[in-house]
Amino acid sequence: MSNISRDEVAHLAKLARLAVTEKELDVFAGQLDQILDSVAKVGEVAADDIPPTSHAVPLTNVFRADEVRPSLSQEESLAGAPAAEEGRFRVPRILGEEQ
Amino acid sequence: MTTVADLMDYAEVLERFDPVLGLEVHVELSTNTKMFCGCANLFGGEPNTHVCPTCLGLPGSLPVVNGKAVESAIRIGLALNCEIAEWCRFARKNYFYPDMPKNFQTSQYDEPIAFDGYLDVVLDDGEVVRVDIERAHMEEDTGKSLHVGGATGRIHGAEHSLLDYNRAGVPLIEIVTKPVVGMGERAPEVARAYVAALRDLLRAMDVSDVRMDQGSLRCDANVSLMPKGASEFGTRTETKNVNSLRSVERAVRYEMSRQAALLTAGGTVKQETRHFQEADGSTAAGRTKETAEDYRYFPEPDLVPIAPTREWVEQLRATLPELPWERRKRIQQEWNLTDEELRDLVNTGAADLVAATVDAGAEPGEARSWWVQYLTQQANTREVELSDLPITPAQVARVIELVKSGELTNKLAREVVQGVLAGEGEPDEVVEKRGLKVVSDDSALITAVDEALAAQPDIADKIRGGKVQAAGAIVGAVMKATKGAADAKRVRELILERVGA
Repeated sequence: MSNISRDEVAHLAKLARLAVTEKELDVFAGQLDQILDSVAKVGEVAADDIPPTSHAVPLTNVFRADEVRPSLSQEESLAGAPAAEEGRFRVPRILGEEQ
Repeated sequence: MTTVADLMDYAEVLERFDPVLGLEVHVELSTNTKMFCGCANLFGGEPNTHVCPTCLGLPGSLPVVNGKAVESAIRIGLALNCEIAEWCRFARKNYFYPDMPKNFQTSQYDEPIAFDGYLDVVLDDGEVVRVDIERAHMEEDTGKSLHVGGATGRIHGAEHSLLDYNRAGVPLIEIVTKPVVGMGERAPEVARAYVAALRDLLRAMDVSDVRMDQGSLRCDANVSLMPKGASEFGTRTETKNVNSLRSVERAVRYEMSRQAALLTAGGTVKQETRHFQEADGSTAAGRTKETAEDYRYFPEPDLVPIAPTREWVEQLRATLPELPWERRKRIQQEWNLTDEELRDLVNTGAADLVAATVDAGAEPGEARSWWVQYLTQQANTREVELSDLPITPAQVARVIELVKSGELTNKLAREVVQGVLAGEGEPDEVVEKRGLKVVSDDSALITAVDEALAAQPDIADKIRGGKVQAAGAIVGAVMKATKGAADAKRVRELILERVGA
């Protein structure tokens, strides 16, 4: 049984920049528990000879040739930007939003 | 904001503590295109003109791996004596910061493409230190931020920031050392020598232009101290913004002195990112370092795993060029150099340049003399690295050839080199433009010789009387009259002819 605490949900919410209410912390903690328990069931049937699967397609080494393709123009690049200045994307003050 | 930190005298630091280093070097690959899209990988350019939906992180776009970048990563791993993963994946490193428009950086986490290697580093006095490599992994570079407003133009106090994503998605290899211990006093020098050795290696492999000043080679220096006799590492700081080899050395030394003063005064070192200040060689606190879990790494679902076959790895191994240390060993033998002469070559940064000059047809002794003496002086005067002088080994080889064929004297050759350094073109063009050809037309020389002899009849008599060594004075006069543009040997012959000796 996993046991996700309210604090852990709050931490995850903060990392994901999600505003979560006090009530939602309890709801999500319970739901995340259920999800983790369900996923853990896979571990019961997966034997040692079964590698962890992250991709549904059995492909490896899909590469692209190192050839330049046209880029967007500066105008096109900035077309969807809420704000732009000097050909650059303008973003609000960063400090406080620590990396 | 800035407070002056207490620093401990370096000798005292070493009496009390052992330094531990960890070096992370980021190298931008010089591929034609970015890591996951076909945008051009070029330094600079008009902002946001080398971007596309993929590197801008627009919805619906999908990345495709640049095969050439994977090849370079494997080759770098092999040159660093690493194991190459049989199977590995990319991972998402999640964080919210506007330098990555996707809100994650595509990187590698617990499955780096190369791991467990080493690099042998030669210190200034010739001592060799083996630096163990933990891993080399593939990732992508971030965009560039411009902070607007505030007093310093830095992020602190800025009102807003402007983002250029031309660099976002440029292929990056991060090379991480294992902890480097037991270096004591030489830790700062080892740090510099390691980055220098790595730079030389990557340059020889032609996988990056390794310009620290342009950020295509960047070093983060992790430094911690442990009290003498302790076995557990202390808390480390990570210093960024170290943009030259000299700065690497200064930054490590500064952090050692700062941390020692802090620890000795009963304080604790905070695990944080610090920024190197070029102006005074200090470091200043940046953000507090988050733990690894906070990035919530997970396997990148949009990219399939990379499984380099052993055949492919061996093919790539065969493409490795002669590596710097192999080349040094070879040139020492071929040019018959003492350890000391070789060290001078290496320390002035001339070894590879001399070798390239020899490859271009010059005689080793001449090539060495030009680079180690005259050109090293020129580099020092201009305060640039020897390799950054605007003259190529091929051009130096051509100058040497012109001297050898008698078309230039050594004095004129230096003028030609000056011209090349001044951007006047190829050596032959400089000779042409400046009119530096040796006067080999005997008629002009004969006139000059006759004039010199007429001006000093007593010396002419002496020569006639058999005192051939007296000709030196006339040779000097002729050389002066022709402004050095005459072949002294030919002048001497003509003098003896003219006096009839």
